[in-house]
This record gives sequence, structure tokens and C-alpha cells, in this order.
Amino acid sequence: MEALAALTLAVLVTCGVYLVLRARTFPVVLGLSLLSYAVNLFLFFTGRLVTGAPPLAGGALPTADPLPQALVLTAIVIGFGMTAFVVILALRARGELGNDHVDGKGDGQ
Amino acid sequence: MNHWLIAPLLLPLLAGMLILLLVGRRGVQRAVSIGATAGLLPIAILLVCFAGDDQFGVYQLGNWPAPFGIVLVLDRLSALMLLLTAVLALLVVLYAVNGDDKRGRDFHVLFQLQLLGINGAFLTGDLFNLFVFFEILLIASYGLALHGAGPERTKAGLHYVVLNLIGSSLFLIGVGILYAVTGTLNMADLAVKVAASAPENATLLRASALLLLAVFGLKAALLPLHLWLPALYGNAVAPVAALFAIMTKVGVYAILRTYTLIFPADGAIADVGAWLLPLALLTLAVGAVGVLGSQRLRVLVAYLVVVSVGTLMAGIGLFNVGGISAALYYLPHTTLVGAGLFLLADLIARQRGIHGDHFVIGPPLAQPTQLGALFFLGAVAAAGLPPLSGFIGKLLLLRAVAPEQAAWLWGIVLVGSLAALIALSRAGSRIFWKTEGDRAVAGQASLAHLAPTALLLAMSIAMTVFAAPITRYAEATAVQLLTPQQYIAAVLGVQR
Repeated sequence: MEALAALTLAVLVTCGVYLVLRARTFPVVLGLSLLSYAVNLFLFFTGRLVTGAPPLAGGALPTADPLPQALVLTAIVIGFGMTAFVVILALRARGELGNDHVDGKGDGQ
Repeated sequence: MNHWLIAPLLLPLLAGMLILLLVGRRGVQRAVSIGATAGLLPIAILLVCFAGDDQFGVYQLGNWPAPFGIVLVLDRLSALMLLLTAVLALLVVLYAVNGDDKRGRDFHVLFQLQLLGINGAFLTGDLFNLFVFFEILLIASYGLALHGAGPERTKAGLHYVVLNLIGSSLFLIGVGILYAVTGTLNMADLAVKVAASAPENATLLRASALLLLAVFGLKAALLPLHLWLPALYGNAVAPVAALFAIMTKVGVYAILRTYTLIFPADGAIADVGAWLLPLALLTLAVGAVGVLGSQRLRVLVAYLVVVSVGTLMAGIGLFNVGGISAALYYLPHTTLVGAGLFLLADLIARQRGIHGDHFVIGPPLAQPTQLGALFFLGAVAAAGLPPLSGFIGKLLLLRAVAPEQAAWLWGIVLVGSLAALIALSRAGSRIFWKTEGDRAVAGQASLAHLAPTALLLAMSIAMTVFAAPITRYAEATAVQLLTPQQYIAAVLGVQR
């Protein structure tokens, strides 16, 4: 299961970084979303991958760590708000700069 | 006493919410905003007096003992930063109510939430909570950076937002690694656990330390992550740019806190701190080139901010009492003078009509004497000439360096000061002396505009007069930072 988790993260981060480096705002926003998905999954995995284990009071049994899940919730909320903001900002940049390039210069310039 | 610790968070939060409810009543909004910001000042002074006795204030949120709950921790460093924020914010909001707050919506709400984020980042003793406060101050700063609209602002704002979203992702990865290795997020507990970590975890911890350095370096505008700053600060509305003078210092604070407490230079992950000094000197050099090459006064001042970050990080990168105390003396000086210069550049631009703050031949100013005197004061302070506080700060820094590093540091700091001096002299002579026409095109600035600007720049004189007590405080702070055992005992000892 660890290999699958690592592979998922690797694919998400690779796609995210590739898209963030694009020249137009829409792929950049998609890349940011993929990066934040990867980060959320990563935070989730920091509590170790265990299934069917009780949270906290396990005694000698293996336990699932509940704290990363709380951290992930916080990160999801913040990430969601930030993505909404950057989408609106990208739309405004499209309107004010006349094109959707991140440097504000269209193809013809 | 203990409950005063949370007041710097509650006051801006409640004021921000109240202002949001007072929609459409600008006069009341302004009064609440000024009142809340002014209220931060006595609280900050109280906290500085408390921390000045070498006491630690630990506030357990929800009464959960550390390391299980989130704590707010007040030490000398956070008290100093709170006081600096309060002074800066009060003068900036007094400038902004003269009309700049009308250029967009909800200026005062965003302003108060920005203060909440900044104060929270200085007070928190929990690494994940630091992330949350960073996000609060960032999302408020996104709104403030776009205040007033316009294509240039939107473009600079887009770059700033995207960069910081990537930075937040890296921050979370760094925090996640630390949690996976140590199982805690409390900074004091992290310091204990990192120092006692098994050797096979050293690589993971180093990765985390380097990721955090990159994130805080982005906030502090450390080379090579400084490129967003000149465009953003050069185009933001003047009071916003002035308030942002403290934003880079939040990054500097986070670096200082993390690399003295969690990853100290004599600890398990010592080599990350060694990156700071070379990066700082490169930042200083590149900032100095930017200062010389600027075509506008606002961009010049923005590059001066980059230079000041380089100077601060050079002091911190030495990791000795002298270096850190020099940086802590220089930090309030450069924040206040930088903010004053942003406001002054705005006043100058208003009196030059269409020429704005570009270095082209323009009409004479309406108040050449007053603005010229202020510019001279600000330029002397920013370039680090005697007798003002910039000179004292740089002198302390030059004295703190060990002989084997002295050649590099002395050379780059002094050449950087020379570059600032040349650029500021050129800017001043272009704007004040090389004019065409004999009539001013714009009206005079009101006293309400001039007074906050003059007070910010005059802080440099005050810091020169009171240099002895401030240096003593800075030195005691540096000693406190370099013996993190006190901090750890104060935070973790509360439960016993």
C-alpha cells in the first residue's frame, strides 16, 4: 500500500508542477489544485497507513493517528478558499490585461 | 497578566468583524479601525515590559497543556515584533484614512485581518498554527495588494498569489514530514524531539528544514525568491506598500525562530543554517543592483526592502549574539523607514502630476522644502549614513562578524550602502532640483498626510537617541534566542 500511496503522490505532484509552469492562467490554476490534492494526501499519509485500527486508545494494539485528519481538514478548507480566489483573480486578469497569459503579454506582443 | 497575551489577536479580529457589519458608514468604519489599531499600541508596550524581565508568557488555548494543545508564546522577540507592528500599523492607518481607503472596497476589514495574521504569526508556538496565521495574513494581503485595481496591480498580484499558493504547499509538506518523524507540532516539543531523533531520520529532517527555509525565504524575499517583491510593492497603494514593509519581516522572524529553536546551528541538522549567510549576501548584492537600476522611486524603495532583508539575514546567518542583536536593532529601523519612504514617494508622486514617481524631468513640487527635508532624512537613514540608526545597525553588524568572514561581509554591506547612497542622491536631485516650469501642478499635501510620513521617518531619529536601551534589549533577545532551553522549559514546564 505504501508503494501505491507514493506513486499516487508522485503522479499528482509531477502533473501539478508541470501545469504550474504553463504560460496560461487556467493550466496554472489546475496545477495548483493538483498540488494541493497531493499535499492533502501527503498530510493524510503522515499518520502512517493502517486500516481498521482504533484512534488513540489502543493499548498494545496499533492505532490510527487522528491528528493528520484534523490537519487535512484545515488544509482542505484553506486550499478550497485559495483556489476560488485564484480563479476569480485569473478571470479579472483576463479582463484587465486582455489575455490569459500569466505575464500579461498576449501572443502578438 | 496572562490573558493580555491573546489581546493582540482578539482586538483586530473583533474590529474587523465589526467593520464588516458597518457597511456603508465610512466614518464609523474609520473610527473603529483607528481605535482598534491604536489599542494595539498600549497592549504591545505592556507585553514588551512583561517580556523585558526575561519572563515567558505562555497562553494555552482551550486550556489544553502543551504539547497537546496550541499555545501562544510571548518572549522578547515576539514582544518586539508586536510593538513594531502596532507602531507601523497605527501610522499607516492614519495615512490611509485620508482617502486611500476609498479606492476599493473593505480596506479596513482586510487591514485588521492582516494585523490578526501578522500578530498571530509572531505569537504562536505551534508550527501548524503558524501555517494557519500565514494563510490569514496572506489572504488579507492578496486583497490589499489588489486594492485600487488597475492592470499593473492585477498582474503583480497574480504572480504573488500563485507563488504563495505554491509556497503554502511546500510549507505543508515540510510540516507533514516533521510531524511524520517526530509526532508533534508544538515548536518547543519539536526542538526536543528533533534533537533526540534517530540518525536514520536525519535525511527526512534535513528535507523538512530546507523546505521550510524555502517557504520562509519566499515570504522574506530572500534570493532567488525575491522577484515578486518589486512589482508588487512598487504598484500597491501607498499605505498597503507601507504595511507590507512588515510582511517580509514575518518571513525573517520565522527563519530566526525556526533555525534557533527547532534546527539550531549546534543541533542535529546544523548545515541548513549555513545556507543563510551566502544567500543573504547574494540578496544584498542583487538588491543593490536593483536599487541602482530602478526607474521609479517606489520600485527603488522596494529594492531597498530587498537590500534590508539581505542585511538582516546576514546578521542572523552569523548565529552569534552580536549578529542577531545587530539584526534585531536594524529590523525596526528598516521597517519604519521603508514604510515612511513608501508614503513619501506617494506624496511626491501626487505633486508631480502625470510624471508620478518616474525619474524624469517634471514640474516643481508644491512643497519642495518639507518633502525635500523628509526625503533627505529618509535617504540618510536608509543608506546607513551617520548619525542615524541605519548607520548604528550596520556598524553593529560589521562589528559582529568573525575575521575570516569579514572580507565578504564588509565588502558587500558597504558596497550595498554605497549603491543605495548613489541611487538615492540621483533620485533626490532628479525629483527636487531638475525641474522644468516654474509653477507647481498640484496642491499641497495636508498635515494629515504629512504627519504620519514624518513620524515614520522620525522613528529613525528616536532609535538613534534611544540606541542604548534598544541595543540592550536586542542583545538580551539574542541571548534568549541562542539558549532555546529557556523557551522549551517555559512552554513544556507549564504542564508540571
